[in-house]
Amino acid sequence: MVKYVLKRLFWALVTVLLILFILFLLLEFMPGSPFNEEKLTVDQIRILKEHYGLDKPFFEKFWIFLVNATKGDFGISYNLQKNMKVSQIVMPRLWVSVRLGLQAIGLGSVMGVILGVISGSNQNNWKDSVATIMAVVGVSIPSFVFALTLSFLLGYKIPIFSMIYQANHPFASTILPTISLSLFTMAQVTRFLRTELVEVMDSEYIRLATVKGLSRIKILFKHGFRNALISVVTIFGPLVVNVLTGSLVIEKIFSIPGIGGLLVLAIQSSDYNIIVMVTFIYSVLYIAVNLLVDVLYGVIDPRIRVSKGA
Amino acid sequence: MSEKNYYLPPQRILEVHNLTLSFQLYNGVNHVIRDVSFHLDKGETLAIVGESGSGKSVTTKAILGLIDENGRIERGEILFRVSDDEVLDLTKCDLDTFQKKIRGSKIAIIFQDPMTALNPTMPVGKQIMEGMLEHGKVKSKAEAKRRSLALLEEVGIDQPNKRFKQYPHQLSGGMRQRVVIAIALACEPDLLIADEPTTALDVTIQAQILDLIKDIQKRLNISIIFITHDLGVVANMADRVAVMYAGKIVEEGLADEVFYAPVHPYTWGLLSSLPSIKGTDRHIYSIPGSPPNLIFPPQGDAFAYRSEYALVADFESDPPMFEVSKTHKAATWLLDKRAPKLKMPHLLKERIEAMKKEHGSHE
Repeated sequence: MVKYVLKRLFWALVTVLLILFILFLLLEFMPGSPFNEEKLTVDQIRILKEHYGLDKPFFEKFWIFLVNATKGDFGISYNLQKNMKVSQIVMPRLWVSVRLGLQAIGLGSVMGVILGVISGSNQNNWKDSVATIMAVVGVSIPSFVFALTLSFLLGYKIPIFSMIYQANHPFASTILPTISLSLFTMAQVTRFLRTELVEVMDSEYIRLATVKGLSRIKILFKHGFRNALISVVTIFGPLVVNVLTGSLVIEKIFSIPGIGGLLVLAIQSSDYNIIVMVTFIYSVLYIAVNLLVDVLYGVIDPRIRVSKGA
Repeated sequence: MSEKNYYLPPQRILEVHNLTLSFQLYNGVNHVIRDVSFHLDKGETLAIVGESGSGKSVTTKAILGLIDENGRIERGEILFRVSDDEVLDLTKCDLDTFQKKIRGSKIAIIFQDPMTALNPTMPVGKQIMEGMLEHGKVKSKAEAKRRSLALLEEVGIDQPNKRFKQYPHQLSGGMRQRVVIAIALACEPDLLIADEPTTALDVTIQAQILDLIKDIQKRLNISIIFITHDLGVVANMADRVAVMYAGKIVEEGLADEVFYAPVHPYTWGLLSSLPSIKGTDRHIYSIPGSPPNLIFPPQGDAFAYRSEYALVADFESDPPMFEVSKTHKAATWLLDKRAPKLKMPHLLKERIEAMKKEHGSHE
């Protein structure tokens, strides 16, 4: 198992490097520069570029970045907050985003598991129908539509929840965004769990558990649920991506000072270092989640544990 | 539900009376079991033999209350002795009674395919312990573990301590079937249903598993219903044999009677189609045609359409069970007083003589 994880970590590192390289390449081709104030003369821009080292050849820039990045230095901001260290801008916002993401994934998974189990174990009766409809709605409605509706209804018409982010109430003011963001996760988990559970509950080993005389609850959770969970874990990677991308919009709607909104701003003003750092964080998060999923996979399914861990 | 008291003779554990069961399908009602009756005594092995679709598996599923939602028991009763002074009609039991009183604790089943019968994500030891703990057969987990280890040893698995913690995919097919048997025996049931327990196994493993089941029966003196389509298996296992065809029992008797003095043309066909022990056959007999569609069950003897020995009466009305001896019955008009005296096919007769000699010389 340890060997397997180490191997995966190595490849994760390669992937991150590759992503950064492609990102640098794309930024190189991106029109405009961080210094696009109209008053600046060509010479002034050249001086600025020299000052920040932006005139250096592509590979040299990439190398300098890598060397600095390993020391945790992602450079400084050119535009958004001039000359401030990028990490100082990004890190406080990162925690806001991570917190929101975790809340959304947590809520979505828990709700999804509950609905999925209800739906999968009460096949084709009204409970199943309700859960299935909720799942279909959750998959079909884009999170921003849901976010706007929620914020209109529960933030404005009936002002129960806060419509915008308040730094002193980080939980209470993120209830609506959390729900909006969790909807897709919930729907997907429900759908997958239901399908899988229906299939598992029809298998021979469930029949064997039944003829052992076990109670319905034990059959469902001890024998059915865990086996059904195997396939649900696989969709966790894509779900996390969805929450990350979804958060770009949701953060905007609820004025949440997270990295999603920051990335949009940075792209608009060609603030290269911020773009790079935020993208870097996204990539690392995504790769980490996938790694975690693979490890979890082995924990849940002993067949994989043995074949890969050996 | 008012507890009605049913009566079974003391040595008897199971009696099925006129069981009639059908499945509602899109294109009609499939009459899978038609008026099936049989009985089973304590410590006895009954083999139910028949080809695919003859209703043998469904019969045992009915005993365990495992009929799918679209199935319906139209008529009949399944009387089962739960204890010395309690007999239940299993066709009238609800799910709760089945889980608490019957399944696992009184009636256990060995499924056909051990590759799919075990939960892939649970160590086998835990799967054996579960039943005992559920039915309160043991007082503690430690005791359950001790008993499970003993059971593993009993079903012929070496290194039980190591196997106990392993997952199904780490065991071979034969070992998995042994585990399934251990699970079945975990609560010391009174009735064990073996639903083609060797069909999915290698021939060499088959013999071992059969020996194991035989051995267990001798030791624990439990009753066994053995479902199979393989007559070769039956000869060594069963005290009595019931031959099923198209949802009916067409012949029933002591194993010797059915093997050495069969009277129903279908049984003749089945026995003729066995490869001979000497392996000298140029060509193996096969019964012509295929079983009838039970959505539209044929009138009369369902086998008449494939039989070389059918009488006119066989096409007209259902033959009743004629008694050949006290223990031997068959449903064919050939046994009627008015019927021409037909003898079993010559070839089969020769073969049976040979089998008798073979068998006799062993004993």
